[in-house]
Amino acid sequence: MSESEYKLGIAQSLIGGGKVSRRDFIHLGLAAGLTVAAADRLFVSTARAEPMQGGFAKLGMAHGATTDSIDPAGYPDTFTQTAFSGSLSNSLTEVDAKGNVQPDLAESFETSDGAKTWAFKLRKGATFHNGKTVTADDVVTSLQYHMGKDTKSAAKSLLDSVADVKADGPETVVFTLKDGNADFPYIMSDYHLVIMPAKDGKADWASGVRTGAFVLENFQPGVSAKLKRNPNYFKNGKPYLDEVEFIAITDLAARMAALSTGEVDYIGRADLKTLGMLKRNPKVEIVEVTGYGHYTLPMNVTMAPFDNPDVRMALKWAINRQEIVDKIFLGHATVANDNPIAPAIKFAKDPQPQHSFDPEKAKHYLKKAGMENLKVDLSVADAAFAGAVDAASLIRETAAQCGIDVNVVREAEDAYWDNVWLKKPWCASYWSGRATADWMFTQAFAADSSWNESFWKNPHFNELLVQARAETDEAKRAAMYAEMQQLTHDDGGSIVLVFNNFVSAQSKKLAHGDVAPNWENDGLKMAERWWIATA
Amino acid sequence: MTRSDSVAAVRRLRRSRATRAKTALKKAPFSAWFGIVVILGYVFVAVFAHWIAPYGETQVFSEAFAPWSQEFKLGTDQLGRDMLTRLIYGARNTIAIAVATTLLSFAVGVSLGLLAALYRGWLDQILSRAVDVLMSIPSLIFALVLLTIFGSSITSLIVIIALLDSTRVFRLSRAVGLNVAVMEYVEVARLRGEGPKWIIAKEILPNVMPPLVAEFGLRFCFVFLTVAALSFLGVGIQPPTADWGSMVRENATLITYGDVTPLLPAGAIALLTVSVNFVVDWFLQATSGLRDEK
Amino acid sequence: MNPVARTVLQRLGLGLVTLFIVSIIIFSAIAMLPGDFAKATLGQSATPETVAAFQREIGIDRPPVERYFVWVAQMLHGDFGSSFASRTGYRRTVAEIIAPRLYNTMFLAAVTALIAVPLALGLGILAALYRNGWFDRLVNVATLTTISFPEFFVAYMLAYLVISRDTFIGSDFAQTLPHWLTVSLNWALNAVPKFPTLSNVNDQTPFWEHLWKVALPAITLTLVIVAHMMRMTRAAIINMLASPYIDMARLKGMSPIVIVLRHALPNAWAPIVTVVAFNLAYLIVGVVVVEVVFVYPGIGQLMVDAVKSRDVPVVQACALIFAATYILLNLLADVISIATNPRLLHPR
Repeated sequence: MSESEYKLGIAQSLIGGGKVSRRDFIHLGLAAGLTVAAADRLFVSTARAEPMQGGFAKLGMAHGATTDSIDPAGYPDTFTQTAFSGSLSNSLTEVDAKGNVQPDLAESFETSDGAKTWAFKLRKGATFHNGKTVTADDVVTSLQYHMGKDTKSAAKSLLDSVADVKADGPETVVFTLKDGNADFPYIMSDYHLVIMPAKDGKADWASGVRTGAFVLENFQPGVSAKLKRNPNYFKNGKPYLDEVEFIAITDLAARMAALSTGEVDYIGRADLKTLGMLKRNPKVEIVEVTGYGHYTLPMNVTMAPFDNPDVRMALKWAINRQEIVDKIFLGHATVANDNPIAPAIKFAKDPQPQHSFDPEKAKHYLKKAGMENLKVDLSVADAAFAGAVDAASLIRETAAQCGIDVNVVREAEDAYWDNVWLKKPWCASYWSGRATADWMFTQAFAADSSWNESFWKNPHFNELLVQARAETDEAKRAAMYAEMQQLTHDDGGSIVLVFNNFVSAQSKKLAHGDVAPNWENDGLKMAERWWIATA
Repeated sequence: MTRSDSVAAVRRLRRSRATRAKTALKKAPFSAWFGIVVILGYVFVAVFAHWIAPYGETQVFSEAFAPWSQEFKLGTDQLGRDMLTRLIYGARNTIAIAVATTLLSFAVGVSLGLLAALYRGWLDQILSRAVDVLMSIPSLIFALVLLTIFGSSITSLIVIIALLDSTRVFRLSRAVGLNVAVMEYVEVARLRGEGPKWIIAKEILPNVMPPLVAEFGLRFCFVFLTVAALSFLGVGIQPPTADWGSMVRENATLITYGDVTPLLPAGAIALLTVSVNFVVDWFLQATSGLRDEK
Repeated sequence: MNPVARTVLQRLGLGLVTLFIVSIIIFSAIAMLPGDFAKATLGQSATPETVAAFQREIGIDRPPVERYFVWVAQMLHGDFGSSFASRTGYRRTVAEIIAPRLYNTMFLAAVTALIAVPLALGLGILAALYRNGWFDRLVNVATLTTISFPEFFVAYMLAYLVISRDTFIGSDFAQTLPHWLTVSLNWALNAVPKFPTLSNVNDQTPFWEHLWKVALPAITLTLVIVAHMMRMTRAAIINMLASPYIDMARLKGMSPIVIVLRHALPNAWAPIVTVVAFNLAYLIVGVVVVEVVFVYPGIGQLMVDAVKSRDVPVVQACALIFAATYILLNLLADVISIATNPRLLHPR
């Protein structure tokens, strides 16, 4: 490497910090033997690739309601999650772009006693927005906020496995679990489990004082939230943006229009129908991430006719998943195979055979069940997932070719989760997915889980679940998870239709690194991770 | 002049209903003719949807959003169903719903309104106050709540929209009914001992027709819009039934990119609305006292 | 007693009774809806224990009748209560939630009314003046067409116009047109002001910016309500033109404009004012769809949100505001009808 090339390399690394001007850079480039145009191009592309400080971004969120609050017991949708969990606060851990767990407010964590005890060491010098140092007591009260009899937190069942949490000195928090869990640090990345200052022995959420990259400036529930850069943030150099405004735009067409006219710089959940047309806009970039989220059609296996495994099998073969992916998600989803573990997750193994549309097989299982004139109701609403009603209409058509009469019942969108899910024998449901196989199975398939949506209680599956959780031999663990995935595929009551992609669109003004797959909006942390590109 | 001559003369003057209608039609302006032809066309399509439509109402083809072609005259919708077929079945379902809703709301509204006008007193007070209450609740949101409670089947959709609409019909028919109920001929009929059914049907109704018909035209068209608005707010017709209001909603986002698909059902509604109101305008003019100088 | 004062007093009394009944109806309707605030908020992640804890805190574990009377008692003290979204140490009163929303709704209604009412009256008078002529027909068809499109559709089309300013020239559609047409259409589109498609205002938005941001919603609503008012104005005036006293004026050789403005219009106010009041009430009560499309934080969207989350105190307050608006505007219309009609003003 020549000296000038070396200088150019250094200059390139300085662009990100804004320490080298375009003009100086081009001079260096010429010295290194580049043409002016090539040096300029290099400057622009480097400037986009390297985070820049400063700027104001308006982010259009697909949700937002007047009942939203900064209380982490709730955070029901992407507005509150992205603005208040991902930007305003931190959890002990976070999930990176590769899907691995990383320390966040914790500096490190270690386990002992067969994954039953977990010690998290806090980052030195991390402070709350009001300047107070984060201590182990703050962490303990914050987590206890979601535990116990009187909590109203949606994360309560997540922490059911925690027997005890206590401070060990000012910088260490020790968790004791009821059973060993090798994936516990993943659970600590959950967006509800943010750290709040303790006040009189209770977690103080109402003040909005947290540890995050941004400080709350103005919040109008259901309208917008404005946040300002936290100058004392504990992560070096982050965040890049000076200011962000989250705007609630629940109407799909309004969201697309606002991005087209440049009134917002980013929109979550872009409209798939018009995505092709949006792509033609040269100022817009589309980001698509295959996440862990999946759409399911749980059948209640305690009720007839779904108590018959052959009926379940017949229905699994009577659905044209590829058609659903093509038509309803316009290709922005992946066909699933009645297995809730997304391919990107550790220990995922695709069970065989792939369930697809096969009227012969469906009829064969119907005959085996002795129900050749099967008639079933399928309860759906777009509250379960966008496109659920259309998907049901397609299922009705394909099932009819197998001799199954599927009666599509469109339920009211409000109170869908209360009224239909876990109540109607066959309905539509959505899981945003979990970062580990154990977490997903424990919440949606374990016999004693309150969200076991198909009421499926396979004894062998449940034995394996407990064994695998504490097993430290990776190979043995992998074999157990493979067997469990095969069981849900063959015997389970949930038809897992597709894994959905997170599709967002933004102005090319915004730049970012690799996008995390665990939640939407770059793992909810886009405000902290993204920046404004100069070019 | 003999007696029979004068009777014949009177007969000649009071031409039969059919001939009166015929002469009125002859004199009808172009807009009225246009309206009648369009309405008849819609009715024809609606009644014979099954025979006219090239494909089945819910038949799914492999290509979604197919362009206009020989096979799919107006392309296919988001699930790959033939758009033309959906529009034709949509005519049947939408018009049937609109007709049923409007008829029901007028049956309830007109009969109660005229009864209130005829009897006044406590009946009028109770009905009028009840209508005041219902009208002061925002109807779209109230319909949304009621449909969530009772489930959004077609029957409950029709009954709920009809009942909420009937408040306005009640107001109107009571107001015009009051003017007629004080006329001498109504008083005479009452003294003759005729029942309320007879008085309303034979004496009052014929004399309050024009404003009611005008209202019928508008109300009829608003049913489509109500269904569309409700489907916008998330309660609507059960799939896979085709109806124009929901079809507009499903494809509405395409309009922000200049795609014409959502214009088809919206245009179908607009054309029908304009046509119905042309006919209503003509009817009003033909029955009103105004003899214009031109 | 003055007939105006008597009507006002009588109607205000009846109005209070109406409000009371409305509150009972709305309360029972929300109680009949499946689910409650706790379940709606927790959604898919609700467990029986968390739901129970939630219900205890906001008091919805009490029987409905008891809750209703507690609410009435509060109302009688002039207190709208607290939203269920309140928590211990974090009170969100209904009044503070509703106030900015109500202001926004009133703002949009006022702007729309200032455009729509004069426009409708003007068009109505002109249509009556040149009745059955080409102008009359054109206005009639145009207004009928605008009301026959669903509101959200009109709104999307307006948004499309604004977006097209930038994208039209590159679209496939533009390529298929002859060159001169593409150029002139593009020129016409660029003449459209770049109205914001997002009307997200907040309490810090300055007045002029607020006005600029409600441009598209106001135009949408104008298109939606003009037809009704215009048709009624036309019909009312034409109805008057059939009266003998107009024939008299005509025989005296007065010009048609003078006849319409000086003789027909003053006697046609009553039906016109009734329809105008009805439409103004609609602007306040019925614009939820337009609010959603343009992301405008008005009271309609607040009420739909509150119904969805079963936030009963907020729903009740919204319903009462809507009902009161309706009652007051109707009363105003009746007062104007009486005041403009000497026979009603001075009864024998």
